[in-house]
Amino acid sequence: MLKFPIYMDYHATTPMDPRVLDAMMPYFTEKFGNAASRNHSFGWEAEEAVEKARKQVADLIGATPKEIIFTSGATESNNLAIKGVAEMYAERGNHIITAATEHKATLDTCKRLEKHGYRVTYLPVQPTGLIDLDQLRQAITDKTILISIMYANNEIGVVQNIREIGRLAKEKGVLFHTDAVQAVGKIPVNVIQDNIDLLSLSGHKIYGPKGVGALYVRRKNPRVQLTAQMDGGGHERGMRSGTLNVPGIVGLGEACAICQKEMPEESARLRELRDRLKDRLLANLDEVYINGTMESRLPHNLNMSFAFVEGESLLMGINDVAVSSGSACTSATLEPSYVLKALGAGDDLAHSSIRFGLGRFTTEEEVDYVANKVIEVVKKLRELSPLYEMYKEGVDLSKVQWTTH
Amino acid sequence: MAYSQKVLDHYNNPRNVGSLDKSDPNVGTGMVGAPECGDVMKLQVKVNPQTGIIEDAKFKTFGCGSAIASSSLATEMLKGKTVEEALAIKNTELVNELSLPPVKVHCSILAEDAIKAAIADYKRKQAAREAVVAQAQ
Repeated sequence: MLKFPIYMDYHATTPMDPRVLDAMMPYFTEKFGNAASRNHSFGWEAEEAVEKARKQVADLIGATPKEIIFTSGATESNNLAIKGVAEMYAERGNHIITAATEHKATLDTCKRLEKHGYRVTYLPVQPTGLIDLDQLRQAITDKTILISIMYANNEIGVVQNIREIGRLAKEKGVLFHTDAVQAVGKIPVNVIQDNIDLLSLSGHKIYGPKGVGALYVRRKNPRVQLTAQMDGGGHERGMRSGTLNVPGIVGLGEACAICQKEMPEESARLRELRDRLKDRLLANLDEVYINGTMESRLPHNLNMSFAFVEGESLLMGINDVAVSSGSACTSATLEPSYVLKALGAGDDLAHSSIRFGLGRFTTEEEVDYVANKVIEVVKKLRELSPLYEMYKEGVDLSKVQWTTH
Repeated sequence: MAYSQKVLDHYNNPRNVGSLDKSDPNVGTGMVGAPECGDVMKLQVKVNPQTGIIEDAKFKTFGCGSAIASSSLATEMLKGKTVEEALAIKNTELVNELSLPPVKVHCSILAEDAIKAAIADYKRKQAAREAVVAQAQ
C-alpha cells in the first residue's frame, strides 16, 4: 500500500532509522550524564557511549577514533575546517581553492574569509559537474593552504574524483578538506585511500538525528591543526568546546554502523530503483535532460530537467510527492539553482529541473507511482506551454527575441 | 508555499488554454517573458472588428502555478470586454482575485503586459489593414 505523501527528497534530510532511535533513547533519560564528568559513573557511562560512537564513525570512513571531532552538523564542520585551517596556517599562505558547485556552508565561509584578506579560487565545473584536475593543478600556488572540494554534490549527486584531488593536494603539500555529507554512508569513503585531511559529515543525512555531525581531522601524515572557532571548556581535543550532545552522538554512531553494514546491499537496491525511475521517464517523455554525469554519481540521486515545463508548476502537479526543484520560483531568492547554472546548461533548464533523492525506505511501488505521475503532469503542462508549442512548430527558441523582465 | 484555493483551481482547471490563428487580422497575439526568467506567457484575443468586443481569448503559459493562474484568469476577464476596457485591466485586480503573495506579484504584472501586448498586436494589424484599404481607394 502506498502512503502519501511520498518522500523522495533524501538529499535534504532522512527520517531516523528506528534502530538509531532505540540506541539513543536511554541517553535522554536514565543515562543522562555529562561525558566530561570524570568523577562519577554517570559521566563514565556517557563517555563510554561517546567513545563507542566515535569508533563507529571512524570505522565508516577508515579513520581512527581520535581523529573524529563531534560537532552540531556539517555546516559547523565545514566552518570549523575551513576557518580553523585558514587561521592556523595563516603564516604559511592565504589562498584557498574550492568549487562553484559547493554547498553554501563552504561557499559562504570562503566569502567571509575573503573579507578578512584571504584569496579564494572558485573552480568552475565541466558540463558533467566534475572539476577539471588540470585546472585545479594550475590554480595551486605557493600561497595555497587548503583545497575544499565536496565529495558528492547535494543537487546533482555527482561524485568528484576525490582520490586524485587528494593525491594532488598531498603532492603539493596543501591540506585537503571534503564536505562528504552526501557521500558518507552511501558510497565507500576512506580517508587514507582518498588522501583526505579533513572531512565533514552529518547525522541527519544518514538516518541519524539532526543537530549532530562530525569533522575528521587527520592526526598523522600530516598532523592537521585547527584554530578553535568557539571558546569554552576545551572539549574535543580543544577544537570544539561545548558539552557533548550524548544522545545525538550515540545516534550518529549507530547510524554509521548501520550504513557500514548495509551499504553494499542498500546502494545496489537504490541504484536499481533510481535507474528504473530514470528509464521510465526517458522512455515516456521527449526533451528530458539528466543534469550531471551518470558515470560518477551517487546511486540514489537523479536530477532531470523537463524542457518547456517550469519546475514549480511541476511540483504543484505532483503535490503528493516530496521532491525539490532548482527552479527560481521555489527558492527564496528567485534565482535558479547556482549548481545547475554552473553546469552551463542554461537558466531555462535550471528552471525546469527536479531532484529525486531515493533512500532506505523508498519502495519500487513508490518509484512507479512517481514516474507515472511525473509523466502525466509533464504532458499536461506541456499542453499549456507556449515553448513546447513553438518547439513542436520547429522554432529555435534560442533565436527568439524575448522580452526579459 | 501554500497556494490559494483560486490559484489551485486555475492550475488544476485552466480556462481557455489553446491557440488562435496568429494570421487572422482580428486576432492579437502577445508573448511576454523569457525562458531563462522562468516565465513565458502567450495570450491571444479575437476581436469583433464591428463592435470592438473581445469574443474569444486563449493562453499558453510556461511558468509557476501563479503565472498559469494569472493568465488563465486574465483570459476569463477579457472575454466580453471592449478593447479599451481590456487595456484598463490592472495587475492588482489579478493579485486580489487570486490572493497572490508579494513574491508572486510579478506573475500578475506579466499577465497585464501580455494583455497589453496582445491588444497592441491587434491594433497594429487593424491599422495595417486600414492603410491597405485606404491605399486601394
